[in-house]
Amino acid sequence: MMSEEIIKDVIVGENEDYIINMGPQHPSTHGVLRLEVCLKGETVKYLVPHIGYIHRGIEKMCEANTYQQIIHLTDRMDYLSAHINNEAVCMIVEDAMQVEVPERVKYIRTILDELNRIASHQLWWCAFGMDLGALTSFFYGLRDREHILDIFEESFGSRLLHSFLCPGGLMHDVHPNFQKRTKEFIKYFKTKLPEYDQLLTGNIIFQNRAIGIGHMSRETAIGYGVTGPSGRGSNFACDVRKIAPYGAYDKVQFNEILETGCDVFARYKVRMAEMWESMSIIEQLIDNIPEGDYTAKMKPIIKLPAGEYFRRVETARGELAVYVVSDGNKSPYRMKFRTPNFSNLFVMNEIASGYKIADLIAISGSLDLVIPDIDR
Amino acid sequence: MLNKEEISEIIRTHVPEAVFPEGTQLLEVIVPARKLFSLAERLKSDPILAFDYLISQTAVDFTTKFTVVCHLDSVKFRHMLVLKTELTDRENPVVDSLTALYPTAEFFEREIFDLFGIRFNNHPNLKRLFLEDDYGFPLRKDFRDEINIIER
Repeated sequence: MMSEEIIKDVIVGENEDYIINMGPQHPSTHGVLRLEVCLKGETVKYLVPHIGYIHRGIEKMCEANTYQQIIHLTDRMDYLSAHINNEAVCMIVEDAMQVEVPERVKYIRTILDELNRIASHQLWWCAFGMDLGALTSFFYGLRDREHILDIFEESFGSRLLHSFLCPGGLMHDVHPNFQKRTKEFIKYFKTKLPEYDQLLTGNIIFQNRAIGIGHMSRETAIGYGVTGPSGRGSNFACDVRKIAPYGAYDKVQFNEILETGCDVFARYKVRMAEMWESMSIIEQLIDNIPEGDYTAKMKPIIKLPAGEYFRRVETARGELAVYVVSDGNKSPYRMKFRTPNFSNLFVMNEIASGYKIADLIAISGSLDLVIPDIDR
Repeated sequence: MLNKEEISEIIRTHVPEAVFPEGTQLLEVIVPARKLFSLAERLKSDPILAFDYLISQTAVDFTTKFTVVCHLDSVKFRHMLVLKTELTDRENPVVDSLTALYPTAEFFEREIFDLFGIRFNNHPNLKRLFLEDDYGFPLRKDFRDEINIIER
């Protein structure tokens, strides 16, 4: 006769691990990421991320390309912060060659950084809402993001992957309408951003799915190198714009947003507040763009002096660090991109274990992962 | 807050054979592979150094040797250090894992193992990260792929 224990085991499966694969084509992973999730009931016991589905070998490709060509590869890493990725490569070349870029370039780059950051956070917000079942947020977010993409299109001719920067400055000057349209956008978006709060932030259904979910302590965030808004939601001060100001960030007043909630809602609040900060940065700069050249004088063939260079920038998702080893040729000997999403992904096992599988969607949404940035 | 000389002095007392290259952008130190873990442990636990944030860990193939490069940062003091170790054995390069100190190192090390074939002692899960098991080590300079890479 079977004991009650065994019957319970066979019929209910209570003591069995149940492994399911989320992805690589799951809509809430926002790209080709596979999470091997081990469940007990509907509680996550542990999860293992499997990556590499769109590994293109960007670091290997860099070794065969010139620095001007590499800029176009960096667009394809974190495509939502394409402009900021370009800036990282440009600045490392300018550092190495000791080129002083004109003030005008610094101002325009910083404004574009912040526009890019707002556009990225808007897309995060609309996708995050949709992951949690609020379809309206998707339309709100994309509606407003369109305005920024139109500004980009008018100035650079492209909407997502701009490659507008080149070492020493910009490819060409911005469109004469740039200032006017940016100011119009800020005015418009200041009336629209409170709508975001009305729709999601105060919503009790949303709050129940966000508050107290996915707890990431400050020590975990530092240990796993979780940077950007995800890290700042755990009170980890990691804003490179504050630590090592670049561009025109030393000329503006802005706050580093820190939250102590350590949960999904804290990370949400950081991003919402960052959109206000970005708008304030743009407002401080947009009327004061100095006249001058749009690029410094550069040689047509760029060869970095032999040596090693390191540069950090703050993308919309965290800290992007570029490490270049040059042997004096026109291509780098070795180029390493420390991408923010790579580190942000692997904390998921730590912060999702013990929560329900429905919470996993909220947690992965709150980390704002862009998969091509992980695989490179 | 310590300056570069004070940090290098502390490192020199801990690892007498440490080498400090001149004229680098950041403070750099090259230590023997067997001392890497104990030095990193000291750098992290010492309250006046407090290198608690591993920004990035990678490797470079210099054809005669591999260099493992760790960029360390201190959240409290905001000083940075580049910690390097050189591995001359091309057939079987091995170095200690830093996973016990920095959890993020687990994945940086898996990436290095995947792309360079450098093995890490005491690593909890040393498997390839991006590529197939029978793929070569593409970031080594002697890697050849006639089908996908066009030599110029």
